[in-house]
Amino acid sequence: MSAPFTVVHAGHAAPDAPAPRTARQVPHRGGTPNPSAARLQAKFPQQYVRHEVMWGDTTVYVLPERVQDVVRWLHDDAGEQYDYLVDVTAVEYRDVEQPLEVVWHLRSLPYRRFLRLKAQLPKGTPLRVPSVWPIYQGADWLERECFDMFGISFDGHPDLRRILMWEQYREGYPLRKDFPLRGRFSRAEQLRQALSQNPEAKYSMEELTIADAFEDLPLDMRRRLAGGERTGE
Amino acid sequence: MGLAPRPDASVAARPASDHVVSYDPQSQEGWITTRLDMLVNWGRANSLWPMPFGTACCAIEFMASAASRFDLARFGMERMSFSPRQADVLICAGRVPFKLAPVIRRIYQQMPQPKWVISMGACASSGGMFDNYAVVQGIDTIIPVDVYVPGCPPRPEGLMYGIMMLQEKVKRERMSDQSLREEMDPDPASNLYIPPAVIDELSEPFGNSVHQTRSGL
Repeated sequence: MSAPFTVVHAGHAAPDAPAPRTARQVPHRGGTPNPSAARLQAKFPQQYVRHEVMWGDTTVYVLPERVQDVVRWLHDDAGEQYDYLVDVTAVEYRDVEQPLEVVWHLRSLPYRRFLRLKAQLPKGTPLRVPSVWPIYQGADWLERECFDMFGISFDGHPDLRRILMWEQYREGYPLRKDFPLRGRFSRAEQLRQALSQNPEAKYSMEELTIADAFEDLPLDMRRRLAGGERTGE
Repeated sequence: MGLAPRPDASVAARPASDHVVSYDPQSQEGWITTRLDMLVNWGRANSLWPMPFGTACCAIEFMASAASRFDLARFGMERMSFSPRQADVLICAGRVPFKLAPVIRRIYQQMPQPKWVISMGACASSGGMFDNYAVVQGIDTIIPVDVYVPGCPPRPEGLMYGIMMLQEKVKRERMSDQSLREEMDPDPASNLYIPPAVIDELSEPFGNSVHQTRSGL
């Protein structure tokens, strides 16, 4: 009897690797870098910027232009096998001259490795990076959230829309440092704009990769969606 | 227990004029309406069906209130109505972000009259500690509120005190006062019930929020 799925035991590709260390044994800075960093530098010398090790985790800085190739190599190469995208997020620092950073957290279950990939986007330039959606489908909502909160465009994303704020939100990108905590508009204006949205405007044909369930939707919604309308917008 | 005292034989012996209740419509106007009010309000106040709109930790306290130890059934509220069409009182338990504002507005509008609203907890009543871009600064800027229950979150006793206050309010209503049952229409231009200037004033920061720094740039 064979299982209908592939069982991946963590660390099976590197049985001789040392056991995971406890937090107390890990130095703050320095320590052994993730071997993927050196291999990545050898493979993509033009894209590689530098790497650093903090609390036992390796961060590799790469140029944003060909991030997709780097991630695809990390995902596909037999010696890396980063099969799990933990998170896609971004950081903006308080220092004005510091660039924004887009962060990818990757984990290789077969090799028991964790790699943090960063790409710096200087302020004043268009905030664009390639999407990793073709490699990890799970990046869909992570990149949408990143776009929603920071305004970073992910080229190649299939459906880059706001995800937490509503789609007509006009005040900007809330997690940017130049965004006032209470928003840009007065409370009454914020409320007026919020109340003008249609609470049913949640489904679009693009989103309906649940198209299998299309027949189960209420008749009026089916009619509106079939007309190409995003419900209520 | 509950036994009425036997009618005293001496009562029957009284002159007939003592038994007559005189009714003068001119001087006793409204006598019947008042008694019907009392009966109807008694029934309403003791069978409020809540529509729980729980969005945060207050909803946990609300569930605790409904559970056996505190037992909302004592107030005739054990029947949670998860459809606004069969609800009497909307209990907003938790913070309401702007994205939910049209949802709670629609739920309120779908409830049939008579209807009441309890704003449970600091966030629902004033935005609480979330004085930021995403959270409505008090649901009274969206829908009319009858009772505010303070606390973060309020204990079940606090919610029950609020419910008893609402019951008192229900018991004092008069059917002759039609304005109580008028459905409010929001201003068509702004979609708001109350003037924008009032909303801005209600949403002004207070307490420690006044001293918080805005983003520095």
